[in-house]
Amino acid sequence: MNSNDLPTRPGRPKPWNDPRVRSVAFQILAALAVGWVGYSLFQNTIANMESRGISTGFDFLDSTAGFGIIMSLIEYDESMTYGRTFLVGLVNTLLVSGLGILLATVVGFIVGIARLSTNWLVARVALAYIEIFRNIPLLLQIFFWYFAVLGALPGPRQAVNVGDLAFMSNRGIMLPAPVFGPGSGWMGIALIAALVGVFFLARWARRRQAATGQIFPVLPIALVVIPGLPLIAYLATGMPVTWDIPEMGGFNFRGGIQAIPELGALLLALTLYTASFIAEIVRSGITSVSGGQTEAAAALGLPARRILRLVVIPQALRVIIPPLTSQYLNLTKNSSLAVAIGYPDLVNVFMGTTLNQTGRAVEIVAMTMAVYLFISLAISLLMNIYNRAVALKER
Amino acid sequence: MKKTLLTASLAVTGLLALGTQAQAATLDDVIDAGELRCGVSNGLPGFSQPDSDGNWTGIDVDTCRAVAAAVLGDSDAVQFIPLTAAERFTALQSGEIDVLSRNTTWTTTRDSSLGLNFTGTNYYDGQGFLVKTALGVESAYDLDGAAVCTQAGTTTELNLADFFRANDMDYEAVVFDTSEASAQGFDNNRCDILTSDTSQLAALRTQLSNPEGAEILPEIISKEPLGPVVRQGDDEWFNVVKWVLFGQINAEEYGVTSANVSDMLDSGDPNVQRILGTDGNMGEILGLDDDFMVAVLEQVGNYGEMFERNVGPDTPLGLQRGTNALWTDGGILYAPPFR
Ligand SMILES: N[C@@H](CCC(=O)N[C@@H](CS)C(=O)NCC(=O)O)C(=O)O
Repeated sequence: MNSNDLPTRPGRPKPWNDPRVRSVAFQILAALAVGWVGYSLFQNTIANMESRGISTGFDFLDSTAGFGIIMSLIEYDESMTYGRTFLVGLVNTLLVSGLGILLATVVGFIVGIARLSTNWLVARVALAYIEIFRNIPLLLQIFFWYFAVLGALPGPRQAVNVGDLAFMSNRGIMLPAPVFGPGSGWMGIALIAALVGVFFLARWARRRQAATGQIFPVLPIALVVIPGLPLIAYLATGMPVTWDIPEMGGFNFRGGIQAIPELGALLLALTLYTASFIAEIVRSGITSVSGGQTEAAAALGLPARRILRLVVIPQALRVIIPPLTSQYLNLTKNSSLAVAIGYPDLVNVFMGTTLNQTGRAVEIVAMTMAVYLFISLAISLLMNIYNRAVALKER
Repeated sequence: MKKTLLTASLAVTGLLALGTQAQAATLDDVIDAGELRCGVSNGLPGFSQPDSDGNWTGIDVDTCRAVAAAVLGDSDAVQFIPLTAAERFTALQSGEIDVLSRNTTWTTTRDSSLGLNFTGTNYYDGQGFLVKTALGVESAYDLDGAAVCTQAGTTTELNLADFFRANDMDYEAVVFDTSEASAQGFDNNRCDILTSDTSQLAALRTQLSNPEGAEILPEIISKEPLGPVVRQGDDEWFNVVKWVLFGQINAEEYGVTSANVSDMLDSGDPNVQRILGTDGNMGEILGLDDDFMVAVLEQVGNYGEMFERNVGPDTPLGLQRGTNALWTDGGILYAPPFR
């Protein structure tokens, strides 16, 4: 057989006629153009600022900040740098957003399910909650919790005293702080061991149930083991944990852990506001699951709770997750309202005080924007991964 | 060919950069607009405060009105733009306002790396503390562990940290974005102390729900020369704003007031003649009319009048001239001569 007899493959078109090459080329060109515009805007701004005698650059991050911050989870004092104030603000933003997301989810799910309750009163209370909190501007709610509720608590000298251990005043909540002595590391190890053990137990129980239909009581075991193991470690190592109990001294309590009212008010407002939206999302998710599903499950003899947990919610989640993600993003961005009541979040500390003391507006605003962008993208990414896990799997 | 293309594109980039660069002729811009844009506070008794009809009063407000009178001949041709402490410098840098007159302390950083220029001092202030009487505190040195309300982006915030650090004391800084919120925080007992420029403390105290429950501590912990600010790099405008205030101080020194300015036009004193423009060309060399100070003095008055009207003993602030008296009266107000 002669090679000339082989069917000839259609020759590749010339590169400039090849649609694939063309589309890639145009995309590269477009990206370059966008990049060039961005770069020249940047250069232009820098040049303009320099010509007006405004200092630019990121060197300020190394200079001493010289101002105090009321709350920091990482070590901070006035003698540290502006760069450090960025971290302090960032951690505080992450704290309030993280806690807010957690609490808003819990409250939102409870209210959303309650909203569909067959109990008239429960359903109405849930409805009232949603309508009230969803329709009042968030800033107003923050002020309400801060000035009207937490601000109305008595001063530290007349603080509400809970068994001489915890105190509540308009300076916040004071709690005893654990002081971990030598050997308390074992408690941590015991806790991790318990968690890992319960995880594998649960997996085994699920497989067994799938195979044999028998149910294994994982929850009671977990409730015993998770606190139990660390407790045994605590006793075995000779009780290394002591408590630092807050004590009144001078103007305020000293010692212990202090949760400032700014955090409390912001967290309450963010949680209750976002939860009202989440409740509606949960309700719509649940109603989207067709009634036939519930009826079929009931016909199988499943109790109402299990129907909700095993049949309805897993299907509802597919509808719930995407809008839930937007609520998480909203909550994170809304946390920047902190500045109104002086909670030291990133916007308040870094874009407020640090910007004003250094005057590096462009740099600081860019850094702050980048942080919010990054947090938002991270939340979206995690939620997308979760969404893929719960999405309907076509088999 | 390639080279020309490169040069051409470089030239375009350069033009782009120039195009967005604000022209540095604020004086011309203000004259063209027929209005002065003046950055003030959100409301600070005696310095800059709007009444219920939106009319602004205060010594900082009058400082702007004087500039408007000098440049436009009309002290009412001012648009007041309220700014928080944290907003004020960006507003000036970006050209949103022509002059910032918002109880702003003159410091090295602000004068240099922020690209701004302070034109002078219209009130010499210092930082003090307002404290709840019930705490029984007599001195600022007894404040170890106190919670302090203050405003973000101020020198107040920095002085506070310096003072407590220098004296080895602890404190809790509760920082708000407006002075209203910090006053409310103090009123609500969120803080034991409120700190700000001392001139404000008396007025803030009268606005508390129980003024008797708070007192001002004797210590003054800082120097706060407050004055108008303009953008750096526009010397003509810098000079105008600077010399209007100097003109008002000189007018007080030579006894020219809003009441007697028309009579003083006939004065034989060469100092007065130069101020009022009946002799010399002081206005012309500043880029203004020679009689620019006549409009200022007729419509706003000299420095002393401005002081008495807004913050003096007969006002709710009830402040004495003290440091702010003329150098001839034992104060430190000393304006360079008009000549
Ligand atoms: N002079 C200081 C403080 C200026 C300042 O902002 N003071 C507060 C009072 S502590 C104020 O004027 N607030 C008025 C407002 O919020 O508009 C500075 O320049 O940083």
